[in-house]
Amino acid sequence: MKKIIFIYKLFLILVSISFGNTKIDGTLYKIDKSKVAIKMDSKDIHKSIQTRLILAQSGDIIYLPKGELEIHRSLWADGLHNVTIVGHGIDETILSFANQIEGAEGIKITNSNQITLKNFTIQNSKGDLIKVEDTKGINFINIKAQWTGGPNSLNGSYALYPVKSEDVYIDSCVAIGASDAGIYVGQSKNIIVKNSEAYYNVAGIEIENSTNADVFNNYTHDNSGGILVFDLPDLLIKKGAKVRVFDNKVEYNNIANFAPPGNIVAKVPAGTGIMILATSEVEIFNNDISNNKTANTSIVSYFITEEPITDSLYYPYPTSIYLYDNKYNRDKQFPSFSFGQPIGFLLAYKFWRNIPDIIYDGIIDSTLLNNGLLPDEYKICIENNSNATFVNLDASNDFNNMTQDLSNHYCSHKKIEPVKLNKR
Amino acid sequence: MDFNKKIFFFIFFYFLLCDQIKDKLSDYNIYLGDPHNLITNKDYIPYELITPLFSDYAYKHRSIYIPKNKKVKYNEKKVFDFPEGTIIAKTFYYPNDFNDLSKGISLKETRIMINKENGWIGLPYIWNDDETDAFLDVAGGIKEASWIDTNGENQSIDYIVPNMNQCKGCHNNSNKFIPIGPTARQLNSDYHYKDGLKNQIVKWNELELFHDLPEHNKIPRIAKWDDSENYSINLRARAWLDINCAHCHNINGSANNTGLYLDYYENDSKSLGIFKTPVAAGRGSGYLKYDIVPGKPDESILVYRFNSIDPGIMMPELGRTMVHKEGLELIRSWIENIDLSRVKF
Repeated sequence: MKKIIFIYKLFLILVSISFGNTKIDGTLYKIDKSKVAIKMDSKDIHKSIQTRLILAQSGDIIYLPKGELEIHRSLWADGLHNVTIVGHGIDETILSFANQIEGAEGIKITNSNQITLKNFTIQNSKGDLIKVEDTKGINFINIKAQWTGGPNSLNGSYALYPVKSEDVYIDSCVAIGASDAGIYVGQSKNIIVKNSEAYYNVAGIEIENSTNADVFNNYTHDNSGGILVFDLPDLLIKKGAKVRVFDNKVEYNNIANFAPPGNIVAKVPAGTGIMILATSEVEIFNNDISNNKTANTSIVSYFITEEPITDSLYYPYPTSIYLYDNKYNRDKQFPSFSFGQPIGFLLAYKFWRNIPDIIYDGIIDSTLLNNGLLPDEYKICIENNSNATFVNLDASNDFNNMTQDLSNHYCSHKKIEPVKLNKR
Repeated sequence: MDFNKKIFFFIFFYFLLCDQIKDKLSDYNIYLGDPHNLITNKDYIPYELITPLFSDYAYKHRSIYIPKNKKVKYNEKKVFDFPEGTIIAKTFYYPNDFNDLSKGISLKETRIMINKENGWIGLPYIWNDDETDAFLDVAGGIKEASWIDTNGENQSIDYIVPNMNQCKGCHNNSNKFIPIGPTARQLNSDYHYKDGLKNQIVKWNELELFHDLPEHNKIPRIAKWDDSENYSINLRARAWLDINCAHCHNINGSANNTGLYLDYYENDSKSLGIFKTPVAAGRGSGYLKYDIVPGKPDESILVYRFNSIDPGIMMPELGRTMVHKEGLELIRSWIENIDLSRVKF
């Protein structure tokens, strides 16, 4: 026993020697939730938080101080397990990257497990605000991520940006001003996005090339597009499916699309409520969708983007879509007119100010046809939506046989199971 | 966490990382005498890359320590497999006058990579203001740097030392930390050793560092990016993209979510960016539609991003605050002259 104590003490000495002269200890600090006003110059605050992120051990909670913290380099966490970063609340702790000189995001988290970000505002980074990559178990709780100057193509792309991750949980967050998507989950699986608000973004919430996602009880308004469910080619993780969008309020997503052209969201027509692009197994129900003036809901294939497809593994059609029990409302008004997304001209030409709520491009995968009919399991099913009008654009035949007849879509699909996140 | 647990973790951390890790660079005993002479101790073999990464025009002195009686495993395309205990040191410095190296140099940082039992780690050491020694600083830092460039103009920047995690941002392959530079293709060139000029791989072989080696003419060599006499523009551009971009932009790298792969051996034109639409570029797209439009550098996102120093736009996203003008020119003329039939190797 004495020997053990001796070794223990020896370790302590070694530890103190090894850390004693380095700056690791020197700048380490842990702010507790006291009222002390922290006045540190920006270099120090970056260094303090960054050092904590490097040395964090499993179970650690890193407390961010109160106030507006000017941070001018990216904060980067890598390889952490079970670490929480917590502030004093939205607008109480503000990480401001307005004068950022380095890094393509405000906070970057890579290759980690079970990370929680909670109770702070992060704003005005030069690139994305919070990017999380290759991480299993990432929780964003009560985070406001914003560019404060309103919609502007100079804003960064994504506010909350988990990608190639698993078990993504986003609750009670606010995303404002992203020049791509406010809340964007890409190439991921097992996803919950709930109780959140997104506005002044090009896309409010976007689920892209992802599997098993529940998006519910969110409020998206004053974006160019409210909620997007996309599947795109040329990506590492290709096929998304099993996405449920329900109990959301999606209204007045009519701001001009300010995405830098070249990005796929630049093709989203301003005035889009919910849009499904080339994704399969999507269930949209019980949403309140109103006054998105170009398309309260659209269901389209990748061909509508007019981009060539060279990815042989990519499937460009939306199939097994189930749209039901939604409440629609649309005041008489013109769609948005933009040469970037010319669909508005076509719709106005055809429908003037009474644009249908649900717009389907009508492009189907002919290889699926059986005696000229689409088997039930691949159908676009639309039923029991209140106050909804519909059009099939017949886009594959140059819009020649547009129809507002919904009878081909009276059907239902087996309901998708709720998402269960794995605890780690 | 209670105190004992914390102590436990510190001990754990200490064991995990600290046995070979020093606080002071001088404790590694890399340099003989004044470090400004950049002459290594006999345990460290200095080496050069044929086409190095651009880092704000910093000069770099590289050296490697391989534990006695241990061997390096040769690989044709990938970085060599180094034995446990290997240490790689890279010192970043600026000559005071790029046209007259006798006017002295200023040391900024030294990056150390150690191959430990659990894999590689990277550690940034920042030189003190007197440049007598460098000290570990896991959070990185900023150093002023100034010099007279090759055109005789004064340059001055805030030189940024990356933090430990940013090291991994680049040195990441399938979520493992690995070196980038020491590949067969990058080392297959002559170096001025104390005892004369010799091919680096031949030298390492003479030192009995390799398990076994293919015949010398089977060893690949990357193009020297600025040697237009000996290499085609296509190979030079691909070499520049390989070392500046491909550590992230490869199928196992940090940027594999983008589908843009720029490594030397990539031969799919879409993966190389030709008529490829961006994925998550945001304003980095610069209002342009494709990564590369053959014949039209000004319509190519690659050129736009190489030409930027805005942290939200520029590529690479770390490691520079300046534009690599000469590299940019190379990529511009490559895109100008791209021969689609010859993109493939």
